[in-house]
Amino acid sequence: MPPRILPEPTPETQHFWDGTRNGELLLQRCKETGEAYFPPRPFAPKTGSRNVEVFKASGRATLHSYVINHRPRPDMGTEPYAIAVVQLEEGPRMMTNIVGCPQTPEALVLDMPLEVVFEKMSDTITLPFFQPAKG
Amino acid sequence: MKQKSVAVVGAAETTKMGKIPDVSVIGLHADAALNAMADAGLKPTDIDGVACAGISPVELAQYLGITPTYADGTSVGGCSFMLHVRHAAAAINEGLCNTVLITHGESGRSRVGVGGFGRAASSLMGQFEMPYGVTAPPTMFTIPVLRYMKTYGVTEEDLANVAVIQREWAAKNPRASYKDPITVDDVLNSDMIAWPFRKLMCCLVTDGGGALILTSAERAKDFPQKPVYVLGTGESVETPMVSQMEDFTSSKAFRVSGKKAFDEAGISHADVDHLMIYDAFAHLPLYGLEDLGFCKPGEAKHFINERNTAIGGKLPLNTNGGGLSYMHSGMYGMYALQESVRQMRGIAPAQVDGAKISVCHGVGGMFAASGTVIFSNEA
Repeated sequence: MPPRILPEPTPETQHFWDGTRNGELLLQRCKETGEAYFPPRPFAPKTGSRNVEVFKASGRATLHSYVINHRPRPDMGTEPYAIAVVQLEEGPRMMTNIVGCPQTPEALVLDMPLEVVFEKMSDTITLPFFQPAKG
Repeated sequence: MKQKSVAVVGAAETTKMGKIPDVSVIGLHADAALNAMADAGLKPTDIDGVACAGISPVELAQYLGITPTYADGTSVGGCSFMLHVRHAAAAINEGLCNTVLITHGESGRSRVGVGGFGRAASSLMGQFEMPYGVTAPPTMFTIPVLRYMKTYGVTEEDLANVAVIQREWAAKNPRASYKDPITVDDVLNSDMIAWPFRKLMCCLVTDGGGALILTSAERAKDFPQKPVYVLGTGESVETPMVSQMEDFTSSKAFRVSGKKAFDEAGISHADVDHLMIYDAFAHLPLYGLEDLGFCKPGEAKHFINERNTAIGGKLPLNTNGGGLSYMHSGMYGMYALQESVRQMRGIAPAQVDGAKISVCHGVGGMFAASGTVIFSNEA
């Protein structure tokens, strides 16, 4: 199996990938409106304000939508897997994989509660995944 | 833009379509361009404006021997050609050029002379989507759909029926890739690609191209073909990452582009005789019907199931068979435009009798961009 395709951080996104490596899901928000946003950038979309801050997200989310890919990418193995978008508690949505449960329509129910988990993929990259919430 | 100030005077697809292993990408552009020039009675030295996507307008101009005073390389995916029409209309009205050639060619199936494709690992998509196993459009364009289905109670059967009805249209088109009738069960029993999407809910992968030639309405009267006037146009873009769409049940780019085009055209939905909605996948006509305002949110499935978009229905939709059955080389928007022009000329294989206004709506990327062109065949 070829090595998994991994992100290459840029100066604007490095803090996010440093965060996942440390077991934290970091988002940003506009300090003027308080609105959280993703993916990372050094200003707030819409307002254009550079007055922003990084903060640690709760890691809680719900399952917003997904597909189950039946033609796996070579670096993803041979079994069908879900590619999901989760609704983070703080407002933004992000793409991810759902782990710790079968990759089936029966197990993956829209709006089910999820929580973030981190999986180290290389010395520099840890990916944030989500699993069914335990509590 | 000014209504009916610009017209299509040349339109053609590539000589062959479907599987063309002996022609490269730029060769497909040129073949379509030469066919469109023959249709308009022009030669390359008569063209002073060029537009294309996929290759650079510089390549196109040099290859055909054109010296343009206007070049548009707008490349926002499969609806780029709708934007090219819009920009060409503005350029002609502003006097930047007189006669614009818009071309498309893609060796989607045979991959002859195809450039590299891929996302830099440092792009936002490379960082925040690619690591999770997305591949081609079947695993990206489809991601919002479960949310749409849950919100409006849309079923897999509803999605399948989109493909079934378009196949009925395709049967009337000799150049369509697939013409044999299919049933909802056939669609639901076809190979699973990315649940809930089956193979017959996904577009074809073919080779081909097309070209359009536009000039001022004033000059258009002197050309051999019946002019097809540009009545209104719209365009917008939303996001390069499908995961960042504002609303998974509706495309912002569709809504903005569609409204702009209808406003420019000064028409109501009841005025529309013929409709093309770029259908890379079976959900696109559903989103398009709603976001363009033909149906209220959630009602497009009923509209299609009640056969309003089928042969004999009140709003004939995707009358060439669409990307699902006619052809899809990668950037299908050009073929939707070709079908609108054929319908306005009155020469389409599945001609809508008496059609006077055609709306042609395109999507680029995975709900990333949109372009809308409204045509009229009355001066």
